[in-house]
Amino acid sequence: MTATEMKERLVGRALKRREDPKLITGHGNYLDDIKLPGMLHIALVRSPHAHAKIVSIDASKALAMPGVVAVFTGKDMLDINPMPAAWQAAGVKNYPVPPRALAVDKVALVGDPVAMVVAENRYIARDAADAVEVEYEPLPAVVDARKAVEPGAPQIHEAAPNNIVFEWECGNKAAADAAIASAEVVVKEEIINQRLIPTPMETRGSIARYDATTGEWTVWMTSQAPHVHRLLLTAFVFGVPETKLRCIAPNVGGGFGQKIFCYNDMAFTMWAARKLGRPVKFVEDRSENYKYSTHGRDHITEAELAGTRDGKITGLRVKTWANIGAYFSTVAAGIPTTLYGRIITGVYKIPAAYVHVTGAYTNTAMVDAYRGAGRPEASYLIERMVDRFAAEIGMDPAEVRRKNYIQPEDFPYDNGLGLLPYDSGNYEPALNKALEIAGYAEFRKQQAELRKQGRYLGIGISSYVEICGIAPSAWMGGQGWGAGLWESANVRVHLTGKVVVTTGSLPHGQGLETTFAQIVADELGVPYEDVEVQWGDTQGTPFGYGTYGSRSLAVGGVAIKRSVDKIKEKARKLAAHLLEANEADIVFENGRAYVKGSPDKGKTIGELAAAAAVAYNLPPGMEPFLDETSYYDPPNCTFPFGTHVCIVEVDPETGHVKLLRYIAVDDCGNQINPLIVEGQIHGGIAQGLAQALYEGAVYNEDGQLLTGTLMDYAVPTAAMVPHIETDHTVTPSPVNPLGVKGAGEAGTIASAQCVMNAIIDALAPFGVKHLQMPATPERIWRAIHGK
Amino acid sequence: MIPAPFDYYAPTSLAEALTLLQRHGDDAKILAGGHSLLPAMKLRLASPSVLIDINKVDELRGIKVNGTVEIGAMTTWSAIEHHAALAKACPAMADAVGLIGDIQVRNRGTIGGSLAHADPAADMPAVVLAVDAQIHVEGPNGPRAIAAADFFTDMLSTALEPGEIITSITFNSHGAGEGSAYAKFPHPASRYAIVGAAAYVKLENGQVTACRVAITGAGPKAERQPAVEQALIGTDGSADAVAAAAAHAGEGMDMLGDIHASEEYRRAMCKVYAKRALLKAIERAR
Amino acid sequence: MTTITVTVNGVRYTSDVEPRLLLVHYLREHLNLTGTHIGCDTSQCGACVVHINGVSVKSCTMLAVQCDGAEITTIEGLAHNGQLHPLQEGFWEKHGLQCGFCTPGMIMAAADLLKRNPNPTEEEIRHGLEGNLCRCTGYENIVRAVRYAAEKMAAAQAAD
Repeated sequence: MTATEMKERLVGRALKRREDPKLITGHGNYLDDIKLPGMLHIALVRSPHAHAKIVSIDASKALAMPGVVAVFTGKDMLDINPMPAAWQAAGVKNYPVPPRALAVDKVALVGDPVAMVVAENRYIARDAADAVEVEYEPLPAVVDARKAVEPGAPQIHEAAPNNIVFEWECGNKAAADAAIASAEVVVKEEIINQRLIPTPMETRGSIARYDATTGEWTVWMTSQAPHVHRLLLTAFVFGVPETKLRCIAPNVGGGFGQKIFCYNDMAFTMWAARKLGRPVKFVEDRSENYKYSTHGRDHITEAELAGTRDGKITGLRVKTWANIGAYFSTVAAGIPTTLYGRIITGVYKIPAAYVHVTGAYTNTAMVDAYRGAGRPEASYLIERMVDRFAAEIGMDPAEVRRKNYIQPEDFPYDNGLGLLPYDSGNYEPALNKALEIAGYAEFRKQQAELRKQGRYLGIGISSYVEICGIAPSAWMGGQGWGAGLWESANVRVHLTGKVVVTTGSLPHGQGLETTFAQIVADELGVPYEDVEVQWGDTQGTPFGYGTYGSRSLAVGGVAIKRSVDKIKEKARKLAAHLLEANEADIVFENGRAYVKGSPDKGKTIGELAAAAAVAYNLPPGMEPFLDETSYYDPPNCTFPFGTHVCIVEVDPETGHVKLLRYIAVDDCGNQINPLIVEGQIHGGIAQGLAQALYEGAVYNEDGQLLTGTLMDYAVPTAAMVPHIETDHTVTPSPVNPLGVKGAGEAGTIASAQCVMNAIIDALAPFGVKHLQMPATPERIWRAIHGK
Repeated sequence: MIPAPFDYYAPTSLAEALTLLQRHGDDAKILAGGHSLLPAMKLRLASPSVLIDINKVDELRGIKVNGTVEIGAMTTWSAIEHHAALAKACPAMADAVGLIGDIQVRNRGTIGGSLAHADPAADMPAVVLAVDAQIHVEGPNGPRAIAAADFFTDMLSTALEPGEIITSITFNSHGAGEGSAYAKFPHPASRYAIVGAAAYVKLENGQVTACRVAITGAGPKAERQPAVEQALIGTDGSADAVAAAAAHAGEGMDMLGDIHASEEYRRAMCKVYAKRALLKAIERAR
Repeated sequence: MTTITVTVNGVRYTSDVEPRLLLVHYLREHLNLTGTHIGCDTSQCGACVVHINGVSVKSCTMLAVQCDGAEITTIEGLAHNGQLHPLQEGFWEKHGLQCGFCTPGMIMAAADLLKRNPNPTEEEIRHGLEGNLCRCTGYENIVRAVRYAAEKMAAAQAAD
């Protein structure tokens, strides 16, 4: 290739994924696929009570069963600390009570583990766990966050008086109060963002192996953040040097937030492996996953929105009770505070806003980040309230949105809620595009016509903005986050010209192996096939905070680009030396360094890598090898946005909703691989519309989970999700050199309210102003029939 | 996820199966398609100490359609679903079977297993009631036939005596002027029926001369709807007549209520789905 | 213990198994065929779908002993001579998978669907895959992948 032949750019191309060949042939390697010689299996004895004292545990029958190696209880593990509470609400006192490896003295939720059986295989372990006899003294339970903080509620933890985890606020209370007091129009609604169960198709688990001669563990884990888990488990739970633990996340079968957190099984498998001198495995059943692994959302909110008769929004006041569950999960407090309150005004310029959040312990599964994490709750709230306001003043909801959008010239935009400024945005084109695809004006005519025939169609609009690539570390430190939030990457060009990228990110479905390789191949000018991307093992990858919050491209991807930049810089220096030219005259282009004006005189990156590796002729002071690492801490978050529109028809006789069309116009900045971006949007939408229509974790008053299996918790099937029409606008982020923003959560953040707004629009003839999610047929039927 | 241990027998004849059942009595469970029993055993909601797997009893499989329909108890949903003559002889059954579970469930689940289990939310009990089927069983005292109307006695309870196994289901093929249909409100997660209505009608000279309607899912057991049937018989089967008759659906029935559908809502849906099934059945009968 | 003989992906195995051993555990733990996954405990998710004598079943809801004498095909046995099955190809081409955990079951279920209905509509595909849950894709690209395979298989048949 000569310098004048441009290599075809891969960035922006919809390449099919390099991850797939092994996954489509059954050769993926997920946690439960791993078998180690001599490995033992753990089954847990879990509490059937939501709140109880543990009176006694008798394991004698279990221990007598052939194949049972040991039974341990929480009291056996008092030599290790509880799980860490890594993100606490900023600026206020928190009362963190994280879980222990196994419960000690009392249980606080159904499914709380009180003992573990270790046996030769999982069948024996299960039988023996059933044979452990536990006597409990049941205590009264509370499952509702608002009720939990009322006087007289059952008290769950001594260390958290009145079950309060934190009380936090943001915005300007006086201004919001004044705006509401003086408003022409105020709409008020109680908005419940129901509890959801993330349901990655692979449940969670851990396998631990301990080498007594070195005192070192290896732990395989279903993890979105193995480096973080390594840090937390060593420095905080076990009090041993970080170097004593190697964490490996193999293929991870979906996470959606649930696999970010440091869980008890990581600790008890490590503890048991050390105690027994044999590897141990624990993998949840689905019903265990539903009872004990983290849930998401679960807010009760009183919201008031003020505005003028001509459609200007003047104020917003929000009071939220956020259910934290029975214990404090790893980053639980950050979700309903920083990631919710600080973006509550969404895409609108609202001059006065105030948010108060009470985090509450209840006798339920822990609540932590679930796809979108705080931002779906915020955008659901504002988008419902804006529609509610539009209906109140009799204005088209699209028009109200237009009147209140933050305008392109307002960026960078400070929303006054303690967030960093929104980086870039242009909201109206996305709205216009979505409405045009939907045929909005035409639909309104059709809708009126059909209503006369007794058919109830509705259209819903949802404009959203979210926070991705959350950073910089200095800002996050002030938000109560207990660490940094940068990412790192190492890029090496081997003697043969092959490139190895190692990243601290942890792809588990996002296609980052492909995306990252596209970037590196373009930037270095090497064949795509020559770039290998490695991740998932703390031994051999640089520290990373993991993959969540749509951050892996905007932060992790940029770290890779910066390492590549460093490689190119060194390659230029080396080329200048080898070509006996001035460094300033060297151009690096298409994988080749050449002397400006003499494109024939040059060295390919492969030749330079070989020269750097053999080190026969390096410039004075240059170290051998092209090998560079970057630690990238962005100056700001990124703020993807877009507008979704959906059209529904409601069957007034039964309340069933038919999703007729779903249109998504998203702006995630520049797209590296549009195929992957579109896939992320599709999946996100399915999860959001599932919240609107189907899903909801329900506990009874006694704290029993009534949706404890997939027989009762309605994860949608293909037949319950509509065809999704996608389009996009592109507003590059000025925050990072790739101009990217993030796409993993956008669909979820946009879609629940889009569907709900459509349903409520359809029900307008019945005077329906608001409905809680999920909008089950019965809820809709009741709304229609005034029941 | 792991069943408790049990002894396993796989007889190859009905006689052998009956002998085993008699020998092991209450400790034994018959394993048919297994799609209700095995999940219950995995969650340890059921822990029989003996399983008698009758999947190898070939004499219990098969579909015969002429003037009457005979379906062997171990016939899978899938075999029923793909039987063209049966779909013609009883459209309600074809409607219902295509809505059971999913393809994999239908590949294993059997009509006899489902009827014996008598899940209150299963689809087929409503259909066998609406077509007035006979459920043939065999036990220590020999064979007997139980009318569908007498078969479902309570939640998860049937008229089967200890030691009895369902062998087949028979009913009359629809003739001229006869139609049937099944309409279902599926549970969003399990896809069992929250309310399922099966309807059979016979039209003669533009008049409804026979009608049977049964509802499943709504109450502890599937039940015939005599008030609906009586209200429709003698009418012209018009939309108005159907609506008026269907308004009696659920009368006298105990309703179940849960997080997905309250008693009040189920009661209301009985009327809607009875109406929808009847309208379709009448359309087919015309 | 009961002795069973099965043929899995063309290979004959004879094993002693406990009667309660689930087929999915037999495949994964005894035969090391870990491509077949477990995603639930109530027969809903379909991650464990395999073919027994050419028919798709949920291997978590069958006992290994019930398969004595059967021919079983798992995801590992779907490609022939290194040639991907059109469905495998379709899932790859159309980005029909993300985390990949549901994929083996989804492909095995889709294979049964196409056998019964070689030219399914979008609605028939969605209905036909009701026994399989995917949490990543929103099913849009799975539908496209199955259509891709249907067209490819039809073209191959036309060429024969």
